[in-house]
Formats: sequence, C-alpha cells, structure tokens
Amino acid sequence: MAAAREPLRPDDVPMLAAGVRLQWEPAQQSDVLLYPEGMVKLSQSAAEILKRVDGVTAVDAIIASLQQAFPGADLRADVFEFLGIGRERGWIGIKVR
Amino acid sequence: MESKFDNPLWLLAELTYRCPLHCVFCSNPIDYARSGPELATEDWLRVLREGRELGAVQLGFSGGEPLVREDLEVLVREAHALGYYANLITSGVGLDERRIAALRDAGLDHIQLSFQDSTRELNDFLSHTRTFDLKHRIARLIKRHGYPMVLNVVLHRYNLDHIETILEMAERLEVEYLELANTQYYGWAFQNRRLLLPTRQQIERAEAAVNRFRARIGTRMRVYFVVPDYFEQRPKPCMNGWGKVFLAITADGLALPCHSARIIPGLEFPNVRDLGLKSIWYESAAFNAFRGFGWMKEPCRSCPERFKDFGGCRCQAFLVGGDAAEADPVCDLSPHHGRIAAAIEGAAHGSAAPQAPYFRDDQNSRLLSSR
Repeated sequence: MAAAREPLRPDDVPMLAAGVRLQWEPAQQSDVLLYPEGMVKLSQSAAEILKRVDGVTAVDAIIASLQQAFPGADLRADVFEFLGIGRERGWIGIKVR
Repeated sequence: MESKFDNPLWLLAELTYRCPLHCVFCSNPIDYARSGPELATEDWLRVLREGRELGAVQLGFSGGEPLVREDLEVLVREAHALGYYANLITSGVGLDERRIAALRDAGLDHIQLSFQDSTRELNDFLSHTRTFDLKHRIARLIKRHGYPMVLNVVLHRYNLDHIETILEMAERLEVEYLELANTQYYGWAFQNRRLLLPTRQQIERAEAAVNRFRARIGTRMRVYFVVPDYFEQRPKPCMNGWGKVFLAITADGLALPCHSARIIPGLEFPNVRDLGLKSIWYESAAFNAFRGFGWMKEPCRSCPERFKDFGGCRCQAFLVGGDAAEADPVCDLSPHHGRIAAAIEGAAHGSAAPQAPYFRDDQNSRLLSSR
C-alpha cells in the first residue's frame, strides 16, 4: 500500500502524528494511544517504544535506551516492525531533516 | 455489581439541538423541537467529571451545532484537564480565527468538519444553507492551527455518484482522515429514506472508486468507507452492544446507550439532572434492558453469531419491525428482512423523487411529531 514510502532508517527521528496522544488509563490499567475517533490499548512493549518517540530521539537511540532498560533482549527488529506499523496506521510521522 | 459490565469508553455530549444547518439526513430525533431545556454549564461539567471517573476517555462534543454553545471553551478546558481526548464534531458554522485559537488553547484535540458534497449546489441544497465556501475557509483554518484534518461526508443516493470529486476535494484539502459515512436510517434520514436510499450499483461503484483511491494515496490519508448495513446480510455490532462502551447525553440531559435510543417506546431514560452517571450506567433499567443476551428472541437467541453482532441495532429493530427486542431486520434471518429488501427495491425502481424532502427545522419537527 505504501510502496512509495522509503523504509525507516536508523537515523530517522520518529514523532507522534498531529492529534495523536499516548496516555495511561487507570480504568483500563493500560497505556492507550488516542487519535481522532479512535483508540488502541497498547501492550507493554508497544508503550515502552512509544514513550521514547518524542520528535527528538532517533530510532537508533530509542533502541539503545530500550536495551538499557531491558538488558538481554534483542529489540531491534521489534522496534523497526512496530514503528513501521505505526507509520502505516498514521500514528507516527518522521521528522523532516 | 459493576464488575459484571464494562465501563464506558466513549462519551458523546450532544450539547444542543440548535443548528444553523437543516440537513435532510440529520440523526437528531424528529421531535427535537419538543425536547426540554438545555443542560446548564455546571450540569455538563459534572457530567464530564463523572464520565471520566467511570473510565470514559474519548469525548465527542456534538449537537446540533456545538459551536452554538458559548460555554464550549469552558467545557473543552475541563475535558482536557480531566484527561479526555476531546473531539469537536461541527458543520464549521461559528468557527473563526478567534474561536479556534481559544479552543486550541483550551486543549481541544481534534475537529471533525462535515461537508455535504463536493459541489456547491448539492452541499447547499442538502443542508438548506449557503455554507460550501465557508466550509472551505474553515478547512484551511483547521489546517493552519495544526490540527489533523478530519473530514466527514454523509453519503446517499444524491452524492454517491460524485465520489471521485469528493475524494479529489479531500486530497486538495490535504485531509488526513476522511470519513465517508453512508447514511444510517434514523431520525431525519429515516423520514427521508425513500429519497436518500441509493441503489446497490451506486454502492458498488463508490466502493470500487474508494479502493482505487486508497491504492494511489497510500498512508497519506485514511479513508473510512463501510458498506451500509441495508446492503449486507448480517447486522452491524451496533455500539459494540447496548450499554457496553458508549454513553450519549442529550442536550436536555437524557442518558442514552446510543444517540437515537430515545425513539424506543417503553424505556425510561434517566436524566443526568436527577441521577449520577455511575448509577445510570450500572443500575438503570434502560441501560440494562438489552445488555448481554438474555433479552433476545429467536432467531438471535440461539444464533452462533450473537456474540459477534449482539443482534444488531435495537433502534432499527423498532423502526422497521416495530419491536426493539427482535433481530435487526437487516439480518436476512429476520422475519422482517423483506421490508429492507423492499425499500432497496423501491429505491432502484423509483425514478423521480417520490416526496419533497423534510428539511430538519423546528417547523417540520413540530409538524412531524404532532402526527
């Protein structure tokens, strides 16, 4: 579908798209992603990635930060995959260089 | 008691039934002109707090036209402070540079702007107003203030064939979310059903055009297009089930499990002036009337699909079949399914408009509700 899109690069800086918000919901005991007319309940690993998406930190640095917080796990592929899904669904944009 | 049910996630605040537009497919009740006085600001502030305590997080400010309420900014500010994701569902009439800046400052998360068509003639005819140019100005204003552009176009017989130009208009306006909302036949739309119901060919053509557009536009725009339930064999899982995730509060304070539920006879919907939301949601007879599966009759009662579609829509069961506890008649297992098929058939063969449209206005509301 997004064939014209370039694949995500390690030095790309992801950011939440306009109108998208990450938030802890006590009633659901879960982090959720809120966007126009919708929301998704996030798994813990998805939430940990998204908490590091701040429009300043590059993909590589996000991975490094996660490795530090969760040592022993190889998260690189997971991060690329999840950020790719986020772009497909319009939750995540890439900062223009 | 309360752990038996889920908490509401969506709160719809229909702030007012006043509206500068007179759309023929409006989902407001036909007899809105006879509804009681609007809730005061303090009532709404209490509703927002109680809704958030219950767990609601998506909040829609709707109407009528919510911008008619001068306290909208106050309500948005409170909603934001409480942690809601606040949506404004608007015709755009009443929005200007000053007001959008104030709403942005108050913490409004997004604005959903409606268009009636991609042509001035039909937009202005269907809404019975001259608003086409204004809507274009508002669309640019929304963009300029950094909001995602969320465009809603209600589809029916008269604009489905314009789908290509509607899609082009959305592209020109750099829309991020496009909701192509096929008319649902409630309220004024049900009253005007013979005029608005499209043919199956129109739906199929439009769906194909949408799919071609999606393939071209990629992820730049999310396009929602759902084939209307009249053209399906199984009902939609309406509201994800009665009293499950959705809570609407009307301009005059009624709490409803869906925005058209007040048409169902025999149910007494509680008013937020008299009762707290927690008690309304978990304990009121109206919210428990169609919860779960115990209320179902055949063919739903023993149907393996009841866990998926919850028997469809209670309002439609009443409107078309006369009994809100029966299967949604769009289901081809319903004994009343023939009435849906006949309505579609009538649309396919009815050439000229069989009736003048009922525009949604106070005079028509009083006229139709006195019958």
